[in-house]
Amino acid sequence: MNNAFGSIMKEGLWNQNVVFAQLLAMCPTMAVTTSGTNGLGMGLATTAVLLVSNIMVSMIRHTVSSQVRIPVFVVLIATLVTIVDMAMNAWLHDLYKVLGLFIALIVVNCAILGRAEAFAVKNGVFASAVDGLAMGLGFTGALTMIGLIREFLGSGTLFAQASNLLGPSFAFLEMKIPGYGGALLMILPPGGFAVLGFLLAGKRVMESRIEERARAATGTPDAITA
Amino acid sequence: MNFASFREKMAYQPILLGVFALLASGALAWASSATSDSIAAAEAKDLRDSLSEVLPRGLADNDFLKDTLDIERNGKPVTIYLARRGGVVIGAIFKLAERGYAADIQVLMAVDADGRTLGVRVLKHAETPGLGDKIELAKSKWIKTFDGKSIGQPSLEQWAVKKDGGVFDQFAGATITPRAVVKTVKGGLEFFSEHRKEILGEKS
Repeated sequence: MNNAFGSIMKEGLWNQNVVFAQLLAMCPTMAVTTSGTNGLGMGLATTAVLLVSNIMVSMIRHTVSSQVRIPVFVVLIATLVTIVDMAMNAWLHDLYKVLGLFIALIVVNCAILGRAEAFAVKNGVFASAVDGLAMGLGFTGALTMIGLIREFLGSGTLFAQASNLLGPSFAFLEMKIPGYGGALLMILPPGGFAVLGFLLAGKRVMESRIEERARAATGTPDAITA
Repeated sequence: MNFASFREKMAYQPILLGVFALLASGALAWASSATSDSIAAAEAKDLRDSLSEVLPRGLADNDFLKDTLDIERNGKPVTIYLARRGGVVIGAIFKLAERGYAADIQVLMAVDADGRTLGVRVLKHAETPGLGDKIELAKSKWIKTFDGKSIGQPSLEQWAVKKDGGVFDQFAGATITPRAVVKTVKGGLEFFSEHRKEILGEKS
């Protein structure tokens, strides 16, 4: 059993990563990754919604007939996001001012409906929860990484305003490169596409290297000629 | 009739959808009532914070958040917050918007009884980061150049960016954005002087 959950985690974090493998949720990815902090905040909010929506979809999977499952899931996800939006506005108002605009975007994040359809509706509650968590964390990691690269190149800072998001004790994360004005292009939309493109290419190169090394280790003829 | 066969029946689909819509509405209604007070309080605090940004501290002694006046401008009502000291209106704070480079720029400004600006802040904008966003106080002190200015000081023709023969700096690479802000503040001062008596509560 443990092994199964391990592989679900691995699928979500790396093999089937929402951004780097499935290329889903491009709209929030491009919109919010102008800084590492924004990426992290959006990723965490999405993870929370993904976790709860996966659990709930899995719980009702025997009740809902396949003909009306899509509208039911959409209503469910939209309700969840709206509640998260209102709760954050009421009780985490400072964080809401930073992220408020993006929370509503979670509704149209196709990764959430995608996981409901591809995983939660076919699997048990616990496995679905693990899948939601893994996919969410994979998404968070990808967004934070793109955000950090764009922020570093574009404005010469790292995790600017992180203390707004995580509390004053995380102020040590904030860094500024002295004497670097930043390349504006990286903050603007083209920068997002460029960074994503390079990261995708990097992941492919890394995977083919790993594959090659694995082949070399098992000593298949392919590797010997290479 | 068991559940599996009922699930395939036509009637099951609308009932299921109806039940979920009902549950969702119930959950939303509950969440809305549970959060509305806190949200209203947080938004009032935001408004108070931004209003006291443009009004120098200690100038007013009333709760200007509740002391308001609505005056129409170009067909739309503008809410004016009245700052009083000892019951006399000494300043007015209001919010105006003007089209910038990308979208409307929302400007909050405070004007004293003589028609001089006490302070100007940009509340919301979508100008180009790195070029037009110098209108934010966090990025540049430019917005403070309006403090103490009034119509006539500088003269009406000089209420423009330097490129247009005025006195206000433009930014390298961005003229439209500061031009829009200057135009908004100028419009705000003219709006104030048009309705001065009404705002100050003087009999005409």
